[in-house]
Amino acid sequence: MSIWTFFVQHRGEILAATFEHLQLVVIAMAMAILIGVPLGLLLVHRKFLRTIALGIASILQTIPSLALFGFLIPVPFIGGIGKRTAIVALALYALLPILRNTYVGLTSIDPAVLESAEAMGMTNTQILLRVRFPLALAFILAGIRTATIITIGVATIAAAIGAGGLGTFIFRGVALVSDKLLLAGAIPAALLAILADLLLGFLERRLRVT
Amino acid sequence: MNPKARTTSENLIEFRDVFFSAHRGATGEIISGVSLAVPHGETLVLLGRSGSGKTTLLKLINGMLAPTRGEVLVQQRCTTDWNLIQLRRSIGYVIQDAGLFPHFTVAENVGLIPMLEKWENARIAARVEELLQLVGLDPTEFAKRLPRELSGGQRQRVGVARALAANPPILLMDEPFGALDPVTRTEMKREFSALARRLRKTIVFVTHDLREALYLASRIILLESGHIVASGSPQTFMQIDHPEVRAFAASLAVHPGA
Repeated sequence: MSIWTFFVQHRGEILAATFEHLQLVVIAMAMAILIGVPLGLLLVHRKFLRTIALGIASILQTIPSLALFGFLIPVPFIGGIGKRTAIVALALYALLPILRNTYVGLTSIDPAVLESAEAMGMTNTQILLRVRFPLALAFILAGIRTATIITIGVATIAAAIGAGGLGTFIFRGVALVSDKLLLAGAIPAALLAILADLLLGFLERRLRVT
Repeated sequence: MNPKARTTSENLIEFRDVFFSAHRGATGEIISGVSLAVPHGETLVLLGRSGSGKTTLLKLINGMLAPTRGEVLVQQRCTTDWNLIQLRRSIGYVIQDAGLFPHFTVAENVGLIPMLEKWENARIAARVEELLQLVGLDPTEFAKRLPRELSGGQRQRVGVARALAANPPILLMDEPFGALDPVTRTEMKREFSALARRLRKTIVFVTHDLREALYLASRIILLESGHIVASGSPQTFMQIDHPEVRAFAASLAVHPGA
């Protein structure tokens, strides 16, 4: 049986797993964006908080993803087996690229523009929200794009803690030494990543201001 | 030749024995012992080489820097007593590359301070149109453009219009024509001089170009390493016997023409 016929025969399951995968990614990314972008805005004028937040986010990123899923299982409320734990782990993982890009984007504005803004009598908050943020938007989106692609990949591992998604096929494929099962997980995951990359890349170019 | 600072109600800006160094206790002072007074309606040109402290003096006026010693008064009030936001909104500021907001249209750039001051939309639109005409830009053609769609000279005009938006009594200009080509620069100089006479603002203008200083100033102050070394009207300035004045005068001889 060719891979193609395998795909056609199991299209229902593959589609369901892809949808489940997408759901994990979208919820985790929404959480990471809702935390990462406002946190990045807060860091611009707070040096101490910046060192701590960027430090913690960097450390989170160094934890191997499988271990991060494992660590979270015994944590009350967010832990346990299933989607919730997986989403939290994915969001933590996506946080660094978003936070770092937000911060770098907000702080790498043309000094002449910032000087004028200050000299015109804009308050720090006005400068942050009306000048820095819109000018950093393309940069922030680049961080979101990187984080999304990472998350689509890492989310396959979430199947190890029972969160479902395309990883289910991959783990089963490894266990049964079946390249058809492996590809049934890997190909849709790769396609999702490519699609997300194209879409967010397009948005990013639209938002770039020169 | 230090002009004695007089305290009269006519002085919009006044420096009283002002010192400034970048770090507290630092040996090298950027400004040392500057006293000067700018009466209403004067166009004061601060002339000096790079690093002589001209820009620092400007930033001491709008509170972007605070003096380490002495005091700076704007409208009879010490800058450290002002609400800095209010102080800056009563002072227009124009810098070399205009510093326009690249994500705002020309109209949004010019109308920003009125908008932050919560003017009504119709009033903002009318003011923007008036100002663009004032600086020689046709509003119908330019209002909707982004800064990147303008030439250097046009950007600088927008910069001037933006600085004038809330009708501040004081205008600070830091080498506003410095990045322009010589032809545009001469045009802008001529137009700005006419505009300044018409608006009767108090202007402090920073440049390292003696020709520009002579053309625009009602008074020229020459700075050298944070000190005022010479001061005079365009008519008397060249006669001042000081090595730095002669050095600047020599710079005129090297570039004949225009």
